[in-house]
Amino acid sequence: MLPTIREIADSLRRKETQPSEWMAQSLAAVRERDGAIGAFLTLDADGAVERARRLDGQPQTNPMFGVPFALKDNICTEGLRTTAASRILESYIPPYSATAGQRLADAGAVLIGKTNLDEFAMGSSTENSAFQKTRNPYHSDAVPGGSSGGSAAAVAAGLVPFALGSDTGGSIRQPAAFCGVVGLKPTYGRVSRYGLIAFGSSLDQIGPLTRTVEDAALVLQAIAGHDPNDSTSAPQPVDDWMAALERGVRGLRIGVVRTGEEEGVHPGVQAAVDAALRTLEGAGAEIVEVALPHAQYAVASYYLVAPAEASANLARFDGVRYGRRVVGETLTDMYERSRSEGFGLEVKRRIMIGTYILSEGYYDAYYKRAQQMRTLIRQDYEAAFERCDVVVTPTAPTPAFRFGEKSDPLQMYLTDLFTIPANLAGLPGLSVPCGMVDGLPVGIQFVGRAFDEATLLQIGHAYEQERGFPMPTPEVAGQ
Amino acid sequence: MSTQSVSTSAPLFETVIGLEVHVELKTETKIFCGCKTTFGSPPNTNVCPVCLGLPGALPVLNRRAVELAVKAAMALGCHINQDCKFDRKNYFYPDLPKGYQISQYDRPIGEHGHLEIEVGGERRRIGITRVHLEEDAGKSSHAADGTHTLVDYNRTGVPLIEIVSEPDIRSPEEARLYLEGIRAVMQYCDVSDCRMEEGSLRCDANISLRPFGQTAFGQKIELKNMNSFRNVQKALEFEVERQTAMLQRGEAVEQETRRFDEATQTTVLMRTKEEAHDYRYFPDPDLVPLAIDDAWLGQLRAELPELPATKRRRYVEELGLPPYDAGVLTSDPALAHYFEAVVAAGADAKQASNWVMGDLLAYLNNRGRSVADAPLAPEHLAALIGEVARDTISSKQAREVFQISCETGTDPQTVIRERGMAQISDADALLPVIDQVIAENPKSVSDYLGGKQKAIGALVGQVMKATQGKANPGMVNRLIAERIAAASES
Amino acid sequence: MQITHDTVRDVARLARLAVSEAEAHALAPQLSAIISYAEQLQSVDLTEVPPTSHPLALMNVFRADEPRPSLPREVALAQAPDSDGGQVRVPAVLEG
Repeated sequence: MLPTIREIADSLRRKETQPSEWMAQSLAAVRERDGAIGAFLTLDADGAVERARRLDGQPQTNPMFGVPFALKDNICTEGLRTTAASRILESYIPPYSATAGQRLADAGAVLIGKTNLDEFAMGSSTENSAFQKTRNPYHSDAVPGGSSGGSAAAVAAGLVPFALGSDTGGSIRQPAAFCGVVGLKPTYGRVSRYGLIAFGSSLDQIGPLTRTVEDAALVLQAIAGHDPNDSTSAPQPVDDWMAALERGVRGLRIGVVRTGEEEGVHPGVQAAVDAALRTLEGAGAEIVEVALPHAQYAVASYYLVAPAEASANLARFDGVRYGRRVVGETLTDMYERSRSEGFGLEVKRRIMIGTYILSEGYYDAYYKRAQQMRTLIRQDYEAAFERCDVVVTPTAPTPAFRFGEKSDPLQMYLTDLFTIPANLAGLPGLSVPCGMVDGLPVGIQFVGRAFDEATLLQIGHAYEQERGFPMPTPEVAGQ
Repeated sequence: MSTQSVSTSAPLFETVIGLEVHVELKTETKIFCGCKTTFGSPPNTNVCPVCLGLPGALPVLNRRAVELAVKAAMALGCHINQDCKFDRKNYFYPDLPKGYQISQYDRPIGEHGHLEIEVGGERRRIGITRVHLEEDAGKSSHAADGTHTLVDYNRTGVPLIEIVSEPDIRSPEEARLYLEGIRAVMQYCDVSDCRMEEGSLRCDANISLRPFGQTAFGQKIELKNMNSFRNVQKALEFEVERQTAMLQRGEAVEQETRRFDEATQTTVLMRTKEEAHDYRYFPDPDLVPLAIDDAWLGQLRAELPELPATKRRRYVEELGLPPYDAGVLTSDPALAHYFEAVVAAGADAKQASNWVMGDLLAYLNNRGRSVADAPLAPEHLAALIGEVARDTISSKQAREVFQISCETGTDPQTVIRERGMAQISDADALLPVIDQVIAENPKSVSDYLGGKQKAIGALVGQVMKATQGKANPGMVNRLIAERIAAASES
Repeated sequence: MQITHDTVRDVARLARLAVSEAEAHALAPQLSAIISYAEQLQSVDLTEVPPTSHPLALMNVFRADEPRPSLPREVALAQAPDSDGGQVRVPAVLEG
């Protein structure tokens, strides 16, 4: 089991170790244990060893220096295959790197490979990968969540100290909760989307999956900030998140949204979240009850907005300039065959939903109404933040489910009900492990004001300190 | 009946034409990325992840493209939508890398504009529905044997404006004049080269016929592939004839898209009733809204030059030029600029106009050169005009001097001097010669006095001969008549 | 809203997806269920509510009109399934 970023950074600072040693340990862990987990789609062992070796003996410039990491395979890497877990990009090698990954590389972090996901990030279990199953490190029959399931599992199993994921409707936070790790979806615009293969462009954000809240803050520090290549990247100053960690929770107001049976919340999950709230209250936070009256419409809005945007975003996969081409007699044949054989069922389903609701005569009834509902959901949060500093719910209503358990698409969609509202409103969300139910981890979600990741990290870190019990290490991770 | 159906007398149907004109903006780089817009580069050398639509790449708007589009829309009298946005127009085509074109749907940069044209001495105002900013697509070349198509993405992402006219155009000639008018405005504002042969100006037309007096439009035909101003008019003329004949035969015109075939000078069917287009427009989430505030708008308005219509009016009202001259001179900003420089150097406006429209344009056209490469500086042309006005040389000599100057690059006054072309317009110098000629030609003098006006010509000819052609013939004529009259009276 | 399998086929054509008869029959009820679920939005009065296209209130993001290096052509075309003489090759685009 690899230690945390903080521990590696301290060791490198004290010159007790060299980057190569951590890389060797990370690669050994992958070779040893990823067969059972299936987190990685592509491993760049030779490149990683070489990059780490070049750092040996160099002065440590920042906490990311020499730390091995993985990227979700919808984040483009120059010269390294990037598939989005889709047949259509099975052998696609990008000629450029995403800004977020590049910033990590520039800081000296060392990429070891690319992790599995639901095809084009469309899913909540990583079962929609065209290539392989990823197993939950805590239970081999349980899904790791999704769509960043490979990144969550890789961190939970101790293969890497951190990985980046992407979150369109909960795709960082939900797998983090399912795998017992920390997942942060930053404010929309906080981290550049340049080089992230787009799913829902107005919802997508890249963020870290880590073992601790402090590590999440360290990674965010490295990847956040304005990028001139992304028009939707905010020209917002980057805060000192490390300083925020130590502020404690005394005087903070935590807004709790009542959840229960009608949202399908597992009683064990509810109990774990309630216990976490009592811990925070004990540490000096004030608990207030808040309501998000329109959150009940979030899933419906999301499953119109995201597919609509996706239907256009995935039109470029046509077998013309890159990606899989299936030869056809006519151009239309080629298009249809390439796309039909290249895309999996869930992707096709969403493209069709999106195409349908944008088509003539339906735009106002569906797409426009969904965008109007986003306004109301945003206003709900604004009203709630008059009374509190963060809004708390469970990250997911249940612990990780079994493979094949959610065969009905709509049932699968409904598992995202607590994470989706933050994407619709563009707000930051943090999932922190808060207990175990039936041998599987459970996460608590904090949603904050736009660009107030500091308060999320502050509360999350305080909770970790006060939690009073260690999250059990998954058996597969060894010691 | 069919042989007499297409009559050259009064038309039976009213022609209704609307044009969609695409104009490439003169930016250095593409609208959403830093690739160059250079025309004629080797295929696929001005491309990057953004304009190739690679996974994960994102657009960032070129500020200059917005400014040029706003200027063009303002120059066409449009209302500027100060809050506008970009939308995705979704369709599949190999030269459209993202599977959608970034365009503007319900909030175009400009709306409700117009362009004035002059048809047969009459002014016509053609409405402009909208001007919107969008990205160009790549270029497809279709193999002659029909087996495949090759695509070059250099043009992908070059900024374009689309100018959509109201169906206000009533003849193929008007369509050409409108198009020339659009080009003039774009060139004046310096927003585009408008080179139709390079595709920096492209035009599609919708044309329908209806009985005079009917308000409802007839079934429209879309015309494409008209790659010159002349071909636009020709294609539309062919369509008027074709549709007139159909209507006279009692046939219905069906909605279809046709293209102009240069070889046969006809229009040929491309496709009949299309698969219904459903472009599924929605706001592009990758781009943020555009707000053009009053200050920015004011600054761009201040940068607009005097536009052709205003200039034309000024030439007529202030310089006293005939409307025709004003129209020709203002059709091209470079030409107008040259003309104004000639006038500014002191030449009479009408004389300047005659020279510019006559000898200068003829010289340039014969050599396929543009005004920018005019072989004679405006001040030299003004000097030449001045020499004629001062009777130093005759008009006929002046045209010779013009040719010599153009070919040798020597300024006209030097040519006149070096070649001794200056006329003798000094009466004191001429009178001794005239008196001698009168004395030596009594027969001509008596013929003239006897009423044979032409007889004076022989006397003038003698004077010219005696002066080696340098005498001012008008003056000689006048002086001879005076001397003879004086002699006969005494 | 019931989505018929004819609608499925129309939408698939628009999205350039080939859908077999069997797939169309399977997809129709799934898509119907999702659209029906989304129909709960119809019950909320949204008449005066402006739509949110962007979660951030950013405006006027520009780049300067300055050239940046393009990709070398061999890199630009490296991923193309078929190319010829520096151009990408596709089956004939039928103009008819």
